[in-house]
Amino acid sequence: MTTTTLAVLVPLLPFLGAAAGLLLGRTAPGFVRPLAVLPPLASLVLAALVAVRQGGGPAVDAHTELTPTGSVPVELALHIDGFAALVAILVAFVASCVQIYSTGYLRDDPRYPSYAALVSLFTSAMLLVVYSGDLIVLLVGWEVMGICSYFLVGHYWETPEARAASLKAFLVTKLGDVPFLIGLFALATDAGSFRVTRVLGTVASGGLHHPTVVALLLLAGVAGKSAQFPLHTWLPDAMAGPTPVSALIHAATMVAAGVYFVARLLPVFEASGAAMLVLAVMAAVTMTGSGLAALAQDDIKRVLAYSTVGQLGYMTGALAVGDRGAAVFHLLSHGAFKALLFLAAGVVIHAAGTNSLAALSRMRGLRDRVPDAYWTMTVALLALAAIPPFSGFFSKESVLGAAEHAAGGHTAHVPGAAGLLVLVAGLVTAVLTAAYATRLWLLAFHGRGAEAPDHGRQPLTMTVVLWVLAIPSLAFGGLAYRTLPGWFDGRTLTPTALTSVLGTGLAVVGGLLTYGVWQRTTRNLVSTPLGAVAAHPGADAGRVEAEAIATHTPAYGDIARAPDPADPGRVLLGPLHRHAAAGFHLDAVYSALFVRPVRAGASLVRFLDREVVDTYVGAAAALPRLLGAAVRRAQTGNVQTYVSALLAGTVVLAVAVVLVATGA
Amino acid sequence: MNPALALAAAPHGFLSPTGVEIAFLLVGLVTFGAALITVTTRQLVHAALWLVVALGGLAVEYLLLTAEFIAWVQVLIYVGSVVVLLLFGLMLTRAPIGRSPDADSGNRRAALAVALAAAVALVWVVVDAFRTTWMDLSGPAAGATHVTGASLFRYWVLPFEALSVLLLAALVGAIVLSRKAKADDRAGAGGTTAADGAPAPAPAGKDSAR
Amino acid sequence: MHLVYPAVLSALLFCTGLYGVLARRNAILVLMSVELMLNAVNLNLVAFDVWLSRAARDTLHSGQALTLFTIAIAAAEIGIGLAIVLAVYRNRGTSDIDKLRDTAERPDGAEPGPAAAEKTEATA
Repeated sequence: MTTTTLAVLVPLLPFLGAAAGLLLGRTAPGFVRPLAVLPPLASLVLAALVAVRQGGGPAVDAHTELTPTGSVPVELALHIDGFAALVAILVAFVASCVQIYSTGYLRDDPRYPSYAALVSLFTSAMLLVVYSGDLIVLLVGWEVMGICSYFLVGHYWETPEARAASLKAFLVTKLGDVPFLIGLFALATDAGSFRVTRVLGTVASGGLHHPTVVALLLLAGVAGKSAQFPLHTWLPDAMAGPTPVSALIHAATMVAAGVYFVARLLPVFEASGAAMLVLAVMAAVTMTGSGLAALAQDDIKRVLAYSTVGQLGYMTGALAVGDRGAAVFHLLSHGAFKALLFLAAGVVIHAAGTNSLAALSRMRGLRDRVPDAYWTMTVALLALAAIPPFSGFFSKESVLGAAEHAAGGHTAHVPGAAGLLVLVAGLVTAVLTAAYATRLWLLAFHGRGAEAPDHGRQPLTMTVVLWVLAIPSLAFGGLAYRTLPGWFDGRTLTPTALTSVLGTGLAVVGGLLTYGVWQRTTRNLVSTPLGAVAAHPGADAGRVEAEAIATHTPAYGDIARAPDPADPGRVLLGPLHRHAAAGFHLDAVYSALFVRPVRAGASLVRFLDREVVDTYVGAAAALPRLLGAAVRRAQTGNVQTYVSALLAGTVVLAVAVVLVATGA
Repeated sequence: MNPALALAAAPHGFLSPTGVEIAFLLVGLVTFGAALITVTTRQLVHAALWLVVALGGLAVEYLLLTAEFIAWVQVLIYVGSVVVLLLFGLMLTRAPIGRSPDADSGNRRAALAVALAAAVALVWVVVDAFRTTWMDLSGPAAGATHVTGASLFRYWVLPFEALSVLLLAALVGAIVLSRKAKADDRAGAGGTTAADGAPAPAPAGKDSAR
Repeated sequence: MHLVYPAVLSALLFCTGLYGVLARRNAILVLMSVELMLNAVNLNLVAFDVWLSRAARDTLHSGQALTLFTIAIAAAEIGIGLAIVLAVYRNRGTSDIDKLRDTAERPDGAEPGPAAAEKTEATA
């Protein structure tokens, strides 16, 4: 088979799996699990084959036009360069892990068939985005991901949190997608084609008329999809979905799509200095803000969610300093260790019956109950905190190195201020990342108090996946940083001495500081009993998690934080803690700015509809009813009355005819 | 122009009626009065009897119009059979003998208004149209039996035969209607015959009327 | 003779019958009134036939022929009419026209009473 055929099959297989899963879900339940697991695995093999054949050489391009579609043609096009080949491997890899994990996680879930089909569809859409060489085809995958995320986040739709979160995820990402679409059109109008290669060619020849406007419009969509400030608020709430979905969305697919898109079209953004600066500011605010917020969260998955936002901030930061190699490098390593973190967190939640760090910190011996999750999560957290030699260290250092390079003004197209901003924010975030990673690790696995409940061994499908993911989390960065530049733009990804020492030092400082504070605050543990555990701890993991999410607000008074004095984050953040836990009140700001005016407008429209428009409608019904009642009164059933009326009419008509005929 | 018509046009005034006209007028008054009593009397059987007077008066009017065959047919069929049928009908439906206070329905005022309006309109139109029209009754009778028979069997044979089919259908229909009612009413004694819509003999009819 | 005399008498008789049809309660009286109306028409037909047979030399005598037909049809009508009235009377115990109100508009949702079924049966 040619490389093109293989590449076409990569997104097609999960799509066919999804279709078959949806069709057979009810009639043949036995096929659902193979149909869920095998297509992503096959896609993984094929994506690896494509990557081997492409080999980091010149991009594979293929295109066909199905039918003429107006002035700007839409083509089915593939554009596989080193970025696409490697990101596709990551997507297929994580999706396979998630599907395998889900067979254990949602073992008894009655909605598992549709869930698995949607995950497959989601994977297929992301692979389409990755391989597509046409912006409209890319948009199709982009939007399919949006709708799939809506369904998957709302998987536990019985809980109000899940319903609200799925709607929020959908609306917020759509809010970004509208300018994104307009930006795509503007781009294609200037380029005369939706093909990525043509667009890039146009940009290179300076044919783009309004680079700043186009870049900012595209940036809105990217911010929505990749959860960048100020459109990141949907992502922490999306934790109301099942853990495997969180892993899929946050590691490899949806949030990666935005970064990947910018990486692919980076020359468009580089054409506008303002856009690069906006990107840098966005990345800096996202990074630091999410780091602070992560430190204050109580829900273990919300910590990871804010951590995702922060790591995505690193990637956009790398893009803002014009180094897409670093961005995609971090995307790849982050995809591996963040998927691992989420899946391990799912195991922890299942074992402990709660998702609250406050409750976990009052449980002794959880690490002995779930040793797989403990060890793999330790690896992933070290990778997250960018401690050498874990993979996160290399990818993050490549970002910081690029920022430092740009801060010195050595990078073309990039303002020096952007580089400086990203560098400073990146270093601050390094401290924060290490701090919240340490806090998570300490609170989750080093609790004191009652013995952790024992629900037996975790399903093998769940634990094996953790170890599979632990390998790239551990070794990918160190193995790959020398070979990757050949796949990417050729720019070096080797850590520089200055940023390595600075970044690692700051991370160690953050970790030690948190450890010290924890030593002190943990004495308060005994004095404040706290915690709630799921009602059915023995049930399958999905159900336990749904119950844990549903009980968090009643038990602690808030979805995001718990009144726990033993929390080191509380001491570290000081007065900021309250605001950080609430995500710096961004939701409240949105509520005041958008939700309330819209609601007021809606109530006005409702008033107009009910009181004004309905009056006319009601009158239109009441008048004929009145007339009908009058006419009905005439229907006495008395034949003589009828005949009387008939003859009276006849007489009148006859007289009238005679009068007319005689001309009177 | 027809000389008879020209002769007829001028000299005949309403103030100098001929003898035939006077007779027609008097009989007409009697007929009209009898008809009025028929539709207003409170005694149902009397209404039928006054109907006999009205129909008989009409027969006389036909004679005065020289239509002798129709006059005798009128007497035979209407006075002889239709009124008898109606009387049987009154009996079979147990019409009260003597005054019945509710002979008129509540529709009386409307009926009066419509009838008066129709009368005014018709009389006005008729008088306005035929004020001066004169018909000549002298000479051979226009409605003599010979003439009527000749025209009936020369020009109207087909409708005449069709009419016989219609009468047959009416006969069968009347029988079917009566028999159906009979079948529903098993308790009724005796067979009911209904020839040409004629009701059953009185005693049996009364029994089955329950 | 003036044509007006029979014509006016015919019109008056017709309206008398009309009044009877509209005002009488007993169905048989209504039938009588119908007879009056038919006879009024007959008188008209005869009068105009006599006039036209002279004035227009009409040899068809359509008026008299139609009168005979009317009389025959009236006989058939009275037979059928009486049969119907008798059937109604047997079923309902009354021959009052204004009590046969099965076609009256009822309040919404009201079931048509058993009377309606009987009526349809009776007139079938």
